[in-house]
Amino acid sequence: MSAAICTLDKLKPGESGSIVSFNDEENALKFMEMGCTPGEIVLMDSYAPLGDPLAIIVSGYKLSLRKSEAAYINIERIQ
Amino acid sequence: MLKKRKLKRDANMTSLKVALMGNPNSGKSTLFNALTGMNQQTGNYPGVTVEKRTGETVINDEAGKSAFISLLDLPGTYSIYPKSLDEEVCFKVLCDNTDEDHPDAVLIVADATNLRRSLFLTTQVIDLGLPCVLVMNMMDFARLRGLEIDAAKLSDLLGIPVVATNARKKVGIDTLRKVILNEFHKPSKTFLEISNFAPGEMIKTVQGMFPGETAYGAFQLINNETGISHFESIPFHKVEIKKLITKFHFEKHKIQSEETIARYKAINEVIKECVVINEEEKKKSLTARIDKILTHKTWGYLFFLVILFVIFQSIFLIAKYPMNAIEFCFVKISEFGQNVLPPGELSSLLIDGILAGLSGVAVFVPQIALLFAFIAILEDTGYMARASFLMDKLMRPLGLNGRSVIPLMSGMACAVPAIMGTRTIPNWKERLTTIMVTPLMSCSARLPVYTLLIALVIPSTHNYGYFNLQGLVLMGLYLLGFISALAAAFVIKLLVKSKEKSYFMMEMPLYRVPKLSGIGLTIYQKSFIFLRDAGKVILAISVILWVMASHGPPSKMKAAETAYNNPDSAKKYTPQQIQGFVAMGKLKESYAGNAGQWIEPVIKPLGFDWKIGIALITSFAAREVFVGTMATLYSAQGANNNLSIREKMADAINPETGKKEYTAAVGFSLMLFYAFAMQCMSTLAVVYRETKSIKWPIIQFFYMGGLAWLASFLVYTLAK
Repeated sequence: MSAAICTLDKLKPGESGSIVSFNDEENALKFMEMGCTPGEIVLMDSYAPLGDPLAIIVSGYKLSLRKSEAAYINIERIQ
Repeated sequence: MLKKRKLKRDANMTSLKVALMGNPNSGKSTLFNALTGMNQQTGNYPGVTVEKRTGETVINDEAGKSAFISLLDLPGTYSIYPKSLDEEVCFKVLCDNTDEDHPDAVLIVADATNLRRSLFLTTQVIDLGLPCVLVMNMMDFARLRGLEIDAAKLSDLLGIPVVATNARKKVGIDTLRKVILNEFHKPSKTFLEISNFAPGEMIKTVQGMFPGETAYGAFQLINNETGISHFESIPFHKVEIKKLITKFHFEKHKIQSEETIARYKAINEVIKECVVINEEEKKKSLTARIDKILTHKTWGYLFFLVILFVIFQSIFLIAKYPMNAIEFCFVKISEFGQNVLPPGELSSLLIDGILAGLSGVAVFVPQIALLFAFIAILEDTGYMARASFLMDKLMRPLGLNGRSVIPLMSGMACAVPAIMGTRTIPNWKERLTTIMVTPLMSCSARLPVYTLLIALVIPSTHNYGYFNLQGLVLMGLYLLGFISALAAAFVIKLLVKSKEKSYFMMEMPLYRVPKLSGIGLTIYQKSFIFLRDAGKVILAISVILWVMASHGPPSKMKAAETAYNNPDSAKKYTPQQIQGFVAMGKLKESYAGNAGQWIEPVIKPLGFDWKIGIALITSFAAREVFVGTMATLYSAQGANNNLSIREKMADAINPETGKKEYTAAVGFSLMLFYAFAMQCMSTLAVVYRETKSIKWPIIQFFYMGGLAWLASFLVYTLAK
């Protein structure tokens, strides 16, 4: 297993990663409240037809967020 | 109308105030309906425009114990940390025990398919120390996903009763009622010790100020003192708490982050112990498959357009039949009244004033009910979130948010609730923009006006295959509203500057089959509110208008009455014609006629005469008043009362040109005027309340009025 840290918006549909940390303190609380806590596995579900926003599967439900928001979440890619 | 069952409240019953909480989309409203049935009221929380739903129910058991339960449906929220106005309401009701809505106990609704996130809110409420019960809803969906939840164990770990339900199929409701009656108790343990994160001494000191408060409750009171925008903070010991905040260097965000991480960690442990995932049963969910199509780059947008198209075609085609029936009834009642009542002022007031005005409101109930039904279905199925997902990127360059789509689309029903619905948009500038442009969306109050005018100037016989020309014009007007709303948003984006970050994050709920009884209840409540609120205004205006239209300066009225009292006229015209001319002359000299003539110079370039002028003035109360006003005016003018208002207007002859008064040019000019103009007192009032500034409603009134005048002027000049 090779580990690579990147931000969530870099994932392609079908790829997944585990949340490592957040780049923005203000948004961190919002993400965590919605279940995106460090250690959680997120699966990139799809991108909206115009490429933004995107939808992820996290703790068993579908959450949509903008690319710019996803860029606040650092993840460790899971191959 | 459905009749409310009056609940009996015996003296020996215990009374209990229960609040219902839960994440959005957890089936909270369905549970609320299942528990209270028709015993519901809607209103507002004091001081803010968050909709407040309350209901009552009586619970009995075999042992003869009974309780009267007042249930309060709190807005859906993910945590008790307030970030939006909806969440502030929850926070205030739960944490301020002097609040009039502060509950004796809390029912927390959890979505069983989303247990982890639901438990976050649940454990926060547990730590506040209020008696509570966890309702695990949507157990059938969880089972479909291969989730087995051990409710007994969960109850054990959380220290509160846990009831499994399926509110949509009313499974588990009886058990829940028994639990509410017998098992409400304070949580037997604290889930997370807040003193591990916040200064323990500080918490203790605050607990000392509020006897009986839990440590977590005290922590929330400190949070509250660090600033909540919409409410006065809880008015005790403010100064002391502020001093403590400085003394202990209380860092809200840092502590909240630490608490959140620790809370989720503890929740993961709980879930490990009481949830089993059967991997084999986990198959690609139906929602994923539907999403493949509905958020597809071609099919997704196509579906969105088709939905809009179907809504507006069916509003025209389906609503036509009940509307004709209602119109027919009013014509018959009016005929009956004329035959039975003695002629005179009173019967004229009843028939030409009140009845004519009321029929103008009642006739549009079918259309409004249909529109609200469609919007409820879109929300219930989970499609609204997908529409936001599809539209966000398109909305953003215009200074809007994907979430603006929901208020904008609800604006097609009524701008008032739509503007209240903008509270889900966290960014102030995007929210303000949505508020400013939503009234341009064609609301249901314009529908009566459009319907009347379209029927007047466009023949119903024009059909292109399956498409009805009247329906197409109506759809065009709705599109025009939508496009102008977007254009206005873009202009506002250029004019208003803001540094605040915009964010979109939202849950995409599972697709669900809409629940018919819930939609029925929505239709009933919304139509009833429309009838009651619009009805009141329209009734009052009809009476005032009748007085203004049938009275005037006495000398001038007398002159108008006797103008044709000469042998010359008697030779030239039939008595019936003379009757018509006299009535028209009197109307022109009446107070209403004077007001209409006063504004005539401004509206003449748009093709409007003083009669339309009167209707424009009265429409300011609410747009649909136009129809009632026209009905009243043409009744006062002595037109044949056995005709519908559309027929009366179609027959109207312009005395100056001798041609039809309502030409296509006048009709379209009027339609455009109503499409753009800000003629709704309720909307302006709501904009004032939501923006907390008189500036925005004034700007809105003038920019929309200017647009209306220009558009009407252009179309009338070109089409004349």
